[in-house]
Amino acid sequence: MTELSLNILDISQNSVKAGADTINITLTETEETLEFVIKDNGCGMDEETVNSVTNPFYTTRTTRNVGLGVPLLKLAAEQTGGDIEINSVTKEQDPLIHGTELKALFYKNHIDFTPLGDIISSVVTMIQGAPDIRWSFVHTAPGKEVTLFTDELKAVLGDIPLDNAEVITWIKEYLKESYSN
Amino acid sequence: MKSLAELAAIREKMKDKVILREGSGETRVVVGMATCGIAAGARPVLNAFVEEVSKQGLSEKVTVAQTGCIGVCRFEPVVEIFEAGKEKVTYVKMTADKAREVVEKHLKGGNVITEYLITNV
Repeated sequence: MTELSLNILDISQNSVKAGADTINITLTETEETLEFVIKDNGCGMDEETVNSVTNPFYTTRTTRNVGLGVPLLKLAAEQTGGDIEINSVTKEQDPLIHGTELKALFYKNHIDFTPLGDIISSVVTMIQGAPDIRWSFVHTAPGKEVTLFTDELKAVLGDIPLDNAEVITWIKEYLKESYSN
Repeated sequence: MKSLAELAAIREKMKDKVILREGSGETRVVVGMATCGIAAGARPVLNAFVEEVSKQGLSEKVTVAQTGCIGVCRFEPVVEIFEAGKEKVTYVKMTADKAREVVEKHLKGGNVITEYLITNV
């Protein structure tokens, strides 16, 4: 992956596939680090599955026997001296608070740090692909905070879906403005 | 500054159209957005389809959707086009520019761009 924002988009699809109805994405930057957390309330994974997702020969896809999403992310984090951590609770373990939380830590000044890239496109793509999910996006960096909560948009939009082309354009412009402020 | 009032305006404007759209959706553009697709550049392809379909005024007829791995990772980004009463068309090794061309020539003009087809790689 040429941008971390592509890894984030890719990993967020796992939360969608886990049947989550709420997905929270937080990106927290300091001068030295970038950490992102993707937290969902999907079906969760048992311990054995959590331990196997970093193995490229584990996958949920049916078209072939390799799955590179999490391994590529782990590589991207570890090559900067960072790491990823996955915590998950299955529906069977706890019918109320099940879900998965993935944290990834990167050291930005490392020569092998992959730049974040076009995070706006990733967020827009996530919403376009799964407009019925409640998305929250919070990106904080020194002197900057960008937030988007699709609940707030839905409250105004009523039955107009979030993947409506004009709504998608609005979201993109809104994020662009928030980043340039 | 972008405001929620603009969204309310979109809602007002779309009220009647939404009902219209539910019955149609005769054309579906499906972009493969699994790890293989994303790594190969599917994100800008998808966004180009979304933007161009809207720009060309095709939103009521064409739905742009995402899917997982289509199964031919080496040809990613892969885009499938389903039109009512026609055979599925599979475009491969797509770019944002090719996507805009497909919207104009295929979805709007009705002519399949044969040079981007999976059968021609």
